[in-house]
Amino acid sequence: MYEFKYHRPATVRQAANLLVKNEDAKVIAGGHTLVPVMKQRLASPPHLVDLSHIDGLDGIEMKGRSLVIGATARHAAVATSAVVGEAIPALAELAGMIGDPAVRHKGTIGGSLANNDPTADYPAAVLALGATIVTNKRRLKAEEFFQGLFTTALESDEIITKVMFPVPKKAAYIKFRNQASRYALVGVFVAKRPSDVRVAVTGAGSDGVFRAESFEEALKKRFSHKVLDGVSVPAEGLNSDLHGSAEYRAHLIGVLTRRAVEAATAK
Amino acid sequence: MAKISLIVNGNPVNANVDPRTLLVQFLRENLRLTGTHVGCDTSQCGACVVHLDGKAVKSCTTLAVMADGHEVRTIEGLAADGAPLHPMQEAFREHHGLQCGFCTPGMIMTAVDLVHRKGNDLSDHVIREELEGNLCRCTGYQNIVTSIAAGAKAMAKSDLA
Repeated sequence: MYEFKYHRPATVRQAANLLVKNEDAKVIAGGHTLVPVMKQRLASPPHLVDLSHIDGLDGIEMKGRSLVIGATARHAAVATSAVVGEAIPALAELAGMIGDPAVRHKGTIGGSLANNDPTADYPAAVLALGATIVTNKRRLKAEEFFQGLFTTALESDEIITKVMFPVPKKAAYIKFRNQASRYALVGVFVAKRPSDVRVAVTGAGSDGVFRAESFEEALKKRFSHKVLDGVSVPAEGLNSDLHGSAEYRAHLIGVLTRRAVEAATAK
Repeated sequence: MAKISLIVNGNPVNANVDPRTLLVQFLRENLRLTGTHVGCDTSQCGACVVHLDGKAVKSCTTLAVMADGHEVRTIEGLAADGAPLHPMQEAFREHHGLQCGFCTPGMIMTAVDLVHRKGNDLSDHVIREELEGNLCRCTGYQNIVTSIAAGAKAMAKSDLA
């Protein structure tokens, strides 16, 4: 790991000022993506700004019809939160499937979203549920936030403060893990919302998380796995590697979407 | 350099560290607490698991500066020197939950955290699920699972948490 200076701001404003002052600074919270990347010397930020000691940034609460999760809420906190379990049980289940217990004690929702790893779980939930990402500067809709592999709409001095999830009627997340890394080879989050149905896919797209529109169209007519018979997603644009071909991933998206719809209906 | 103050196994520790020092390096090299191991160094194997504010974390993926102001417990902190072993350690000894022993400190720290979260009556299924982040490369997991189930029960009757 290369040298860096460590900063521990007490407020979001202080953190933002540090980012403005130090152009190549990186934000850290749980550090469970950034520290490994720094150890591999794939990143060498001269300044680290640690958000994990900012009071009130890890809250979990209902505000009207929305579930609001603070940026530094740990995966373990989301997985075991009674508020999340009541409002969007699929989201609690998803958080409980990330990494392993020790990783879930450190990793944060804001960190996962800001990193936008193409195999991360949270982006699928955020996109399928139509969540809003709130930063120190503005509010971003999920579809404008994610901009491809490890890329988001965040500016260099912008900090995620919370994520607002509108509560769906039904939802479920199904993940097919890579047997070695345990990351999602494909993960599908299905949400039946008051106005529409969304199917978001992680792990498979060569450009990161995306919506499976052919499935959404079919499910909008009737929310049942039966309407998916004969409907598929194209293999074009999907990852192809030693773990699975693009065709295999396309097939998995269909299988997992059916299972997710069944799981959501059973809840 | 950065000044840090933390509690390690109940004792206050003050130190000056290079911010890029990993918590596991700090424990092993500065404090000579070598019970915590570095296995894969990529947050997968769990040999480096310690408790940070009572929760199991991977100390190879945590910076020492991030533990400033916090409380760390390592395998050395489970039972006092010369005193009887912690019930989870005793269970690993009794049920032969190790072969080479390299993964054992991490296994035990994960197991103690698991008991704190999920209680003293643990099914094999729960134990196996919860061991997702701890790898053993010699015995297989059968005796580790048996040890954890027994250690969890023994913890209910022990003063050691």
